[in-house]
Formats: sequence, C-alpha cells, structure tokens
Amino acid sequence: MILIYLIGTFLISISLFFNRITAVRKALVMLFLILQWAFTYYEFTHKGITEFNYFKPDAIAILLLFTISIISVPALLHSYDYIYKEKDNRKARTIYYIAMIFLIMALSAAYVSSHIAVTWIFVEITTLSASALIFHRRNAGSIEATWKYIFVCSISIMFVFIGILFLSIALGTSNDDSLHYDSLLTLAPSLNPFWLRLAFIFIFVGYTAKLGLVPMYTAGIDAKDKAPTPAAALFSSVLMNVGFIGFFRFYEIIAHTSLHSWANHVVMIAAFLSIFVATVYVLKVKNMKRMLAYSSIEHMGLIMLGIAVGGIGYYAAILHLILHSFAKSALFFQIGHIYKVYHTKNIYYLGNYFKYNLSGALFLLLAFICVTAMPPSGLFVSEFYIFKAMFAANYVYVLIPVLILLTFIIWTFAKNFFKIVFISPVDFDETQIQKINHFETVSQYALLALVIYLGLNPPVFFDNLINEAIKNLIF
Amino acid sequence: MINILLIVFTITLLYFVIANRLITYVNILAFQGVLLFGVAFFELHEINLVNLIFILLETLVIKTFAIPMFLRYVIKKNNITREAEPYLPNFASLIIVTLIIVTTFVVSNVINDPHLNKIYFVVALSTLFSGLYFITTRKKIVTHVICYVIIENGVFILSLAVGAEMPLLVNLGILLDVFVSVFLLGIFINKIGDVMQEMDISELNKLKD
Repeated sequence: MILIYLIGTFLISISLFFNRITAVRKALVMLFLILQWAFTYYEFTHKGITEFNYFKPDAIAILLLFTISIISVPALLHSYDYIYKEKDNRKARTIYYIAMIFLIMALSAAYVSSHIAVTWIFVEITTLSASALIFHRRNAGSIEATWKYIFVCSISIMFVFIGILFLSIALGTSNDDSLHYDSLLTLAPSLNPFWLRLAFIFIFVGYTAKLGLVPMYTAGIDAKDKAPTPAAALFSSVLMNVGFIGFFRFYEIIAHTSLHSWANHVVMIAAFLSIFVATVYVLKVKNMKRMLAYSSIEHMGLIMLGIAVGGIGYYAAILHLILHSFAKSALFFQIGHIYKVYHTKNIYYLGNYFKYNLSGALFLLLAFICVTAMPPSGLFVSEFYIFKAMFAANYVYVLIPVLILLTFIIWTFAKNFFKIVFISPVDFDETQIQKINHFETVSQYALLALVIYLGLNPPVFFDNLINEAIKNLIF
Repeated sequence: MINILLIVFTITLLYFVIANRLITYVNILAFQGVLLFGVAFFELHEINLVNLIFILLETLVIKTFAIPMFLRYVIKKNNITREAEPYLPNFASLIIVTLIIVTTFVVSNVINDPHLNKIYFVVALSTLFSGLYFITTRKKIVTHVICYVIIENGVFILSLAVGAEMPLLVNLGILLDVFVSVFLLGIFINKIGDVMQEMDISELNKLKD
C-alpha cells in the first residue's frame, strides 16, 4: 500500500502540473484526499506489519497519520477558496497544490518509516516542499522567510545525519539492518555510551528545527508567518509532529540505555528554555500569526517536559501533541478569515470582530478557551497530567516557574483575543468589508469539538493506541 | 596516499581563510571535490561498478563541476562584488581556524576508539567547525552557500571515517540533499538579487519581533 500511495501521489502531482482546468484540479485534489484516507485506513488495519523492509505502522504512527489525514481535509479544501480570491497566476497555484500534496505525502511516509535513515530522507523532503509553500507570495518577506527556512533546516538535517553517523559508530557494526528502530531497541544496552551521547545531542538539535524548540526554532516562526494560512496550519501542527516522531523514536532507544536520565535533563533544559523564550516573545509580538507560532513553541515545550519527567507524562505528552495539532490548525484557519476581513495581521488594527463575522468571533472565544487549556478543553486534561507527572517526579522547582510563565501567556492571549472580539479597531474602513462564508467555519468548529471530545472522553481505541505507543518507555 | 590527500584538504581550509575573492572560494570548492574523489576512490576495497558510478557522480560531476559552475553563474548574473568581505581580518580568522584544527586533533587523540579512523575524524571535524565559523564571519549570502557545501564536504569525510557502509539509498538521499539545497539556495540568491539591491545578509533582517 505504501508503494501505491507514493506512486499515486507522484502521478497526481504530475497530472496537476500539466493540468490547466480548474475542475480537473479540484478533482485531482479530492482524489489525493481519498488516497490519503485509504492509506491511513489500510495502515490502521495492518498495524505492526512491515512493508518493503522500511515501513512499519506502529501505534504512534497510526495516531499521527489520523491526525494528518483529518487536518489535511480542511487544509486542502480551504485552499480552493483561499487561493481563489487571491489574484495570483496559474503557475503559482499549481506549485502550491503540488507542494501541499508532497508535504502531506512526505509527512505520512516519515511517520510510518521504521528505519532511521528513511525517516531522515522524508524529513528532508518536507523541508523542500515546505519552502515552496513559504515562497508562495513571492515578495521580499517571503523570500527572506524561505531563505532562512531552507538554510536553517538544511543545517539541522545535516546535524541529524551526523548524529546517525555517530550512532553507527556506537553500534560498531556496518550493517544496514541494524539501523532499524526495532533492532536498535534490542541492541540499545550494548551501544557505546560515549558515541551514543554525541549522537543524541546531534539528532536532538537537528530535529528541534522541525519540532520548534530551543535552539533551532527560529526558522519555523518566520515560515508560519509568511506561508499561506492553510500551509501555516500544517506547519504548526503536523510538521512539528514529524520532528517529534524523529526525536521520540530515538528517545525510545536512549530510554533503554544508561543515558536515560542524562537525556531527560537535556530535554528538560531545552523544554524549559523553549517555554521561557515563547513567553518572552508572546508578550511582545503584535503579529497575530507570529503570536500563535510562539504559542506552538510553548506547547511543544510542555510536551517535552512530559516526556522528560516520564510516568504519566508520556501518556499526557502524546495526548497533548495530538490535541494541540487540532487546536492550533483550527486557529490558523481562522486567521485566514481574520486576514480576509481586516487585511492585516497586526493586532493593533484588529477589533470588533463580533460585528463583522459572528461565527468567527464565537470560534475565537471557544478557541481561546481550548488553546490556553481551560476546561472543558482536552488540552486541560493533558496539561494537568503533565503537571501531575512533574509533581510525582519531584520537579516542583521546575513546575513553579513554568506555571508562572504559562500565566503570562494566558494573560497575553486573553488580552489580544478579547481585543479582537470586543474592542473597536483603529482606522478601519467598514465599507469595503469582505463577507465571510459562515459555512467555512464549520471545519474549525469540528476540529475544536475533536479537541474537547478526545480529551474529556477518549474512545477506547484511541486510549489503547496511546498506551501502546508508549509501551517501550514504561518498563 | 589518502593521508596526503586529507592533509591537502585541510590546507585548502587554511587557504580559504586567507583568500580574498569569491572566485577563489569557488575554485577551492572544485578542488575539494577532486580531493574527495581521490580519497573515496582509494578507500574503495573492491571495484564495484555501482559504487564507482556513485562516487564519480557525487564528487567529480556534482562537487567539482556542477556546483562550482552554478555558483559562478550566480555570482556573474547578480553582479556580486568580487571581494569576499569578511567581518574579521583574515589574520584573526587564520589563527582561529588553526586553533580549531589543533583542538580537533587533540580531542580525537583523547577519544581513542578502535572503530574510528583518526585522520579522517580530525579532517572531518575541523572542516565542519571551520565551515560553521566561516558562515558566521562572512557577510555575503552567496558565501553562506559556499560554506554550506564545505560543511557538507566535512560530513562526506566523516561518513568515510565511520567506515560503515551506509546503504546506497541513504547516500542517494544525501546526494539529493546537497544537489537540491545548493540549487534551491542559488535560485533564491537570484530572487533576492531581483528584489533587493545589496546581496548582504544585512538585507535579510526584516522579519523579527
């Protein structure tokens, strides 16, 4: 199936490239969505069966596959509308769709790959397709963002490769098969600790570019700001997940060695610094999209704290990862509407949103509750478990500063969101306002509903999948 | 023979520090490609056609001809001034790069691992760190791409140092990585040249908080 999926994506992209008719393009994108869901369902029913030696859908891969398949539906369907209203040329639009499809394909393949080098290759492809998306508007700002993104990601990807080289020194054998995650897991106790330590540092630093943590988070912020909103929704959710899975699979190996507690401390330092940096910038930024991008960094920091402290933190981290993907992508879709109404992303010029777009304003209020992790949001459940795990692991001295920083973030979010919804904007010309189709907000509500439902009342199979995903960490 | 090639490779780094013109940088890249071909060729235990073609493709075709030619085209098309314009004087850079080489030498002697080929390791690490250092001290955007290729060369030597035969798939992936990154970055230099007047990184500081 993976082969059919990869070849099918290729064929669809080629047809998109030569196609000139709008209706055919819509049909092709629909075809890709059907392919994506068929692939996801197939992998779900064939859990744990290796395909072509390099791909094996395990529990976490299936969870993330469902996440990307759910988010890619509104991302691709909203693109019609999003691209349509813009006065751009056919060529740019074609490249946009091809890049979107390639990004989704590369992410899905990276999730299911069972070989550390194959994951690396697909992560590399995500960089290339993402840079095509960031460049979509072709102005000075997007050039700068794309340049930085390609450069930082290329260097980071090279770091991951150096890490893989060190890992093969740690193995001491020159066997291709031993770089499978499964065989690494069994070989873990016999790995050379010195080289493994170096490998962990390099791989972790390399993946932070995708994951959005200190030290390599910077490129992602500009990318999310300058990319078109459907693409930014993917960047701030599923593209971060690919960094997570690259890190997580390697962390599973580290967890079986003597370096486990050392690695936990490294991760915790990075996570705490990420939350700190995110707080500092969220307090300062005026650009709505950048504010959300920094909030994603904060959430990734929380997830990493959950991983670092262990215990119930593992479960909470995976839950938080998935719920955050839904919540943040929904918010980014809404930013598209806000931009359509006000033609600016600067919070200073936004306001009175209730008057101009009722469904959007209600959504913003709900999204505020969801994204700042207040009940009944599912993120509340996962954050609560993460903090509980920190208590249990005697990290209160980390927990208290984190909570103070989170308070700052919630305060800023409340200030900015309520300003957009209730307070009148500065210098706003009401006459030329663009009507928003309320039907387009439905997908955003659906994503938020998923956040609440999955957090408060997780279905049994979802719960089992998360428990299975972390089974290698609890022993 | 391999040792001589690797030592010459390290000397090219020192030459890179004191070179003043962009064209010299590009020529150094081409020369490094030839050296890498030599190293990889002598490293081959048996002449395997697939391996030979792959090494030829990666080192001679891409690193010696394609990338330098493309960079020359980029420099010419955008009328980039021929001076390299480093932030620090060359003399200071020379001392720093020498220190990097000495430090990696000492470090690799401390490590003392039987799986590791020491001279490869020293050259690879010093190339890597010198490349990072060059990126931070050069002003032009195009020199960043050149230094990226230098770092990539360092990684190439490191993969030889490990001695482990990476699967061909991975090697192809790396090849694709270098190829695509350099060409994408080069195309972007052209785009930046169309939009902005100066080709300095000082132009790329509009996005900030």
